[in-house]
Amino acid sequence: MVWIKERFHKWTRIGTPDSLYNDEPPQKHYDRLRRNLMIIILSMALTPMILMAIINYHQYRNAIRDETIKPIQSLLTNLKHVLDIFLAERKSSLNLIANSYDFEEINNQAKLNKIFMVLREEFKEFVDIGVIDSSGLQKTYVGPYNLKGKDYKDQSWFKEVMVRNEYISDVFMGYRRFPHFVIAVKRDLHNGEFWVIRATIDTAKFNRIITSMELEPESDLFLINQDGILQTPSRYHGNVLDKYPLSMPVLTQISSAVVQETYVSKGYQTLIGYACLDIKPFILIFIKKPGEIMKTWFALKSELFWVLFFSCILIIGATYGIVKTLVRHIQESDERRGTALREAQYANKLASVGRLAAGVSHEINNPLAIINEKAGLMKDIIERSEEFPEREKFLKLIGSIHGSVERSKVVTHRLLSFAKRMDVALENIDLADLLKEVIGFLEREAFHRNIDLRLNFDPKLPRIISDKGQLQQVFLNIITNAFEAVENGGMVHIITSIKDESYVQVVVQDNGQGIPEKYLPHIFEPFFTTKKKYGTGLGLSITYGIVQKLGGDLTVQSKEGDGTTFTVIIPTKSKPYLEEGNHV
Amino acid sequence: MSNLRVLLVDDEEEFVTTLSERLSLRGIETEVAYNGENALAKMNQRTPDIVILDVMMPGLSGLDVLRQIKETLPDIPVILLTGRGSTREGIDGMKQGAFDYLMKPVDIEDLIKKMNEAMKRR
Repeated sequence: MVWIKERFHKWTRIGTPDSLYNDEPPQKHYDRLRRNLMIIILSMALTPMILMAIINYHQYRNAIRDETIKPIQSLLTNLKHVLDIFLAERKSSLNLIANSYDFEEINNQAKLNKIFMVLREEFKEFVDIGVIDSSGLQKTYVGPYNLKGKDYKDQSWFKEVMVRNEYISDVFMGYRRFPHFVIAVKRDLHNGEFWVIRATIDTAKFNRIITSMELEPESDLFLINQDGILQTPSRYHGNVLDKYPLSMPVLTQISSAVVQETYVSKGYQTLIGYACLDIKPFILIFIKKPGEIMKTWFALKSELFWVLFFSCILIIGATYGIVKTLVRHIQESDERRGTALREAQYANKLASVGRLAAGVSHEINNPLAIINEKAGLMKDIIERSEEFPEREKFLKLIGSIHGSVERSKVVTHRLLSFAKRMDVALENIDLADLLKEVIGFLEREAFHRNIDLRLNFDPKLPRIISDKGQLQQVFLNIITNAFEAVENGGMVHIITSIKDESYVQVVVQDNGQGIPEKYLPHIFEPFFTTKKKYGTGLGLSITYGIVQKLGGDLTVQSKEGDGTTFTVIIPTKSKPYLEEGNHV
Repeated sequence: MSNLRVLLVDDEEEFVTTLSERLSLRGIETEVAYNGENALAKMNQRTPDIVILDVMMPGLSGLDVLRQIKETLPDIPVILLTGRGSTREGIDGMKQGAFDYLMKPVDIEDLIKKMNEAMKRR
């Protein structure tokens, strides 16, 4: 579990301040975050849904199959029993007749007529009846044809009835031209002789029993014999005595029905059910066509599919939206945090430098003052004495001390000017005048270096309330920087404009060397300098600090080789005074 | 410049004694105090014509002393000395009634000039 957690953490790690300074482009980081969140959320949302759909799919399929197969099985079993009973009853009735009469009695046309009449009253499907002696000769016959005296000796059914005592034939047409079958039973006599009673049965009743099952229109139900010849008419698989068009079922001696799923045409499923009769090896076949079976299933399947499909689309869409918004928020907050952090760092550095400068100046200025006074006193004494050995030399030495004190003073005071600039004195200023004044300092340089200095001042620019001296310092720094950046003959463009109701904007553009991208985030930091020998690294940070103190903002855009643009935004009314705590 | 009496207040003894000596050489009568309390006590004994006051002192600061001087003897001009570069203290002092402020190290001629200006203004 631990590794999953770590992995998850790693995958979803959001921008830390460190990562803001990483070499990896930040956008790539957020893209990866977005992708990983998508993967995690989608897999968590979609996996159970798809799994459920698969389980449901199988459950539905099995349920539907069970629902289809069970009725077929019961239908086949029931019908098999009905048909078995049908055959058994007909056979028993003949057995009864055979056992009730002696040959002499039954071998009598009038008697057989009467017996046949009684039989027909019970079972109308009996077509004829005949009595055959052990030589195979039909002795007596009742029926529509004149079959008396017909010799059955060489026919296979007669041989079979001799062996098995009874016989049921397959369905056949014979010369009667209608489908019928024959039942024959043998009666043994004591002297080893025997006689046979043979009856023909019309299959119409047989067919009626099958059709009475009220099948669905796509289904088919019929009987075949062991050789695959249809014994009853079918709807779609041929008429009586046609060959069964499908492959023969593998016969197993089981009493219950078997239902198989087979693929017969174009990969469609067909259900075929078999049941073997007990009395006669006829096979009852039930065929349910694909459309019939699959209709509900297909409907359900497509329903399932569309529900799944739209759910997936919905989840993916929603996840995409949520993740996009989430990552954007994270990115924005990271960026805000980064900016705030950098600003805080600048402010901090500026504050420390200010405090340091003030402290150093105090600590150095006091001893300097003592040195100054001591040297001064020495000078006073020497000047006031009439005679002082080597007077001139001492005065020169003292002058040298004063010179050094003066130099130190200049250094400490310059250092202090950094802290001093943090004070604000507000005036009503015309920004254009102020800029012209600043440019005045640089005009000679521009002239000598042939710099194209373009001024584009908005005449409608309002007067602003701000600190004149400090703004002069700001623009002097920025414009001096621009001058340093351009080659001789380069271009510096100064544009003033109204930003909105409460801010004006000054843009200083140059076409100089530009600032390398890696330096850009640091150029406002105190002591950051690329001019190793000359710069203190305070110029731009003082400038930035002043603009911030005045309630404005200083931004820079630069492309190496193309030049740099500094944009100064100044409030038309700076806040009147600073809090003591901000004072450095 | 004769008969001008100056009270020098600074916690840097070496500084005030030397400055005092130099002013004396220029005919200015000086008295020194090394802290705020001492300065106020000396002022009560004998009122000076002008006070030179260091801003940064332990105990009562220069600005505290200035406030008390302005309460009791508002006509005495006070010139502030500051070792810190910030003009803010100077400006604050002037708002509270100091005549002017000078940054250490000071040139003695500048200081005398300021004192003269202050006396004239008075």
